[in-house]
Amino acid sequence: MFITRKAEFSASHFCRLASLSNEQNWALFGEEAHPSGHGHNFVLEVSVEGEPDPVTGMIVDLKELKEILEGEIVAPMDHRFLNYEVEPFGRIVPTVANIALEIWRRLEKRFCAAQFHLARVRLFETPDLYVDVVGSASV
Amino acid sequence: MISLTRRYRFSASHRLHSPLLSEAENDGVYGKCNNPYGHGHDYTLELTIGGDLDPATGLLMPLMDLDRFVSEKILRLFSHRNINVDVPDFADLVPTTENVARVIARIVERHWAEWFGNLQIRVARVHLQETDRNGFELVLAAPKLQNSAVERIESVVVHA
Repeated sequence: MFITRKAEFSASHFCRLASLSNEQNWALFGEEAHPSGHGHNFVLEVSVEGEPDPVTGMIVDLKELKEILEGEIVAPMDHRFLNYEVEPFGRIVPTVANIALEIWRRLEKRFCAAQFHLARVRLFETPDLYVDVVGSASV
Repeated sequence: MISLTRRYRFSASHRLHSPLLSEAENDGVYGKCNNPYGHGHDYTLELTIGGDLDPATGLLMPLMDLDRFVSEKILRLFSHRNINVDVPDFADLVPTTENVARVIARIVERHWAEWFGNLQIRVARVHLQETDRNGFELVLAAPKLQNSAVERIESVVVHA
């Protein structure tokens, strides 16, 4: 059984590689490459898989889930410029896929109990674009 | 495993009418959708692509390339068209949203290799929403050599 919790954060970023020309960056990243940066209202859906505890009837305490998302993701990323303020995006391009993978890495270690584990991270960059990280992703 | 889903929108009209059924049977099966003048919807199309992330760019593929492909191969065909009249695939095919989704999947599979054959990226899912209440989904199996596009369509999920 899966439980999915939603969280939102707004952050700015840009996507470009210093090793490439301006034209090459635009061909790869489009408007996301503008060096001044721009922002999105990211919407995060985190799914945890497990069986409900026979006593509590819960897979995982929702309060705990909410606090983990707040501590690991929302507090460090909300209203931040990802390239300058959030690791590892000083070194790797904060594409929506890389942000989703970083969220997976941060949450994976927090959701690996005997009873439940992280099953899916879905990150919407806009209402028309999202990335799913499923299972044991390691890129 | 990582996948990226992109949503597109197009508006089109259609009429559900099967030449294999009588007038009364068509009316019984399709109801309002059998109106001889047709009617329209704002469709939402979701394409999900999967594959390996380029470690340097953090991209599965440049989004603009995917957008250009969908715009040229799908949206240009359907947007603001009468599907029965204007889209050749529906000359002998009832444009139910199941069939529209299937035709879109076939078009994608037919042209994907010529556009993106050099990438290790494939389309894993086509989801077509006819209205907020009706959605249809094709999960595309991993391509195998010599397989026809039709055989690659693995399962159909209907969200009503």
